[in-house]
Amino acid sequence: MRRLLILVCASLSLCCPLSGCVNEMAREALTLQPEALEQRRIQTRRFETTNEHELLTASLEVLQDLGFAVDETEPDLGLIVASKNRDASSTGEMIGAFVIGAASDSRVTYNVEQKIRASVVTKGLGKTGTSVRVTFQRVVWNNLGEISANESLDEPKLYQEFFAKLSKSVFLTAFDI
Amino acid sequence: MKQWVLSVALVAALQGCAPVHDQVLDTSETQTQLQMREVQSRTFETNDKERTMRAVIATLQDLGFVLDKADLIMGTVSATKLDGYAMRMTVSVRPRGEGKMVVRANAQMNTTPVTAPAPYQSFFRALERSMFLAAHSVD
Repeated sequence: MRRLLILVCASLSLCCPLSGCVNEMAREALTLQPEALEQRRIQTRRFETTNEHELLTASLEVLQDLGFAVDETEPDLGLIVASKNRDASSTGEMIGAFVIGAASDSRVTYNVEQKIRASVVTKGLGKTGTSVRVTFQRVVWNNLGEISANESLDEPKLYQEFFAKLSKSVFLTAFDI
Repeated sequence: MKQWVLSVALVAALQGCAPVHDQVLDTSETQTQLQMREVQSRTFETNDKERTMRAVIATLQDLGFVLDKADLIMGTVSATKLDGYAMRMTVSVRPRGEGKMVVRANAQMNTTPVTAPAPYQSFFRALERSMFLAAHSVD
């Protein structure tokens, strides 16, 4: 239902950009959702160190291990922003697209490329240590150069693996918050 | 379905593209520059710029944004949220007088500026929770 609302709003915003629909979408986007706490839990770990910069540097190394290029850093605020471009095609999807295209005489579309973005934010927690929160999102383009998906990446396993690598890198245990 | 597509196309054709001048300056017939600032700004009773900025960053993360940029000296934070749409937001933090910090947010949804008060009210409500401080309207 929510997807439908977004689709309808997106098409309406093309011809009536000042419509209340856009503002309603924006209001929802800027409202804390009930699942925000759970998301924060999945995306955050606490480490028993008060050295925030060391943790930030270790996070940067892990991002490099994962093939990300650093776009922006602001150590005074505990921030790293990084991204990478990767292939987004899958053989199954391409075959499916060609079969449907051949059968219906419509234009064939399949995913070609994606840009994956990550931001890491560290925060001192006083004597109890330092927290690290990482968030991922991606934009996917199809063979016509159109954006076919833009979304947050919420799969918990992704975050578990990131923190496992970070934990190894700093020789410290990552605790849930 | 066909009628729906035709009506959307008709509205689009009648409206045409806004002049470049209006797009660059985002001129509005309904809101003055001062009104817009009021909608997008709040003051918090604190001297601590860094703490305010870290609260802004935490709030944006809670709202599902991925950060693009932050600068402590300039007091700016930019972030993007992708959820079927692309929302970009810049938040600036600057001290005003003794013990006050002005936080201003401005957002765009895809290619449209967000001008209504309600989205900003929601954002500042979330920021209040993260700051443990009340947000006041800018005098």
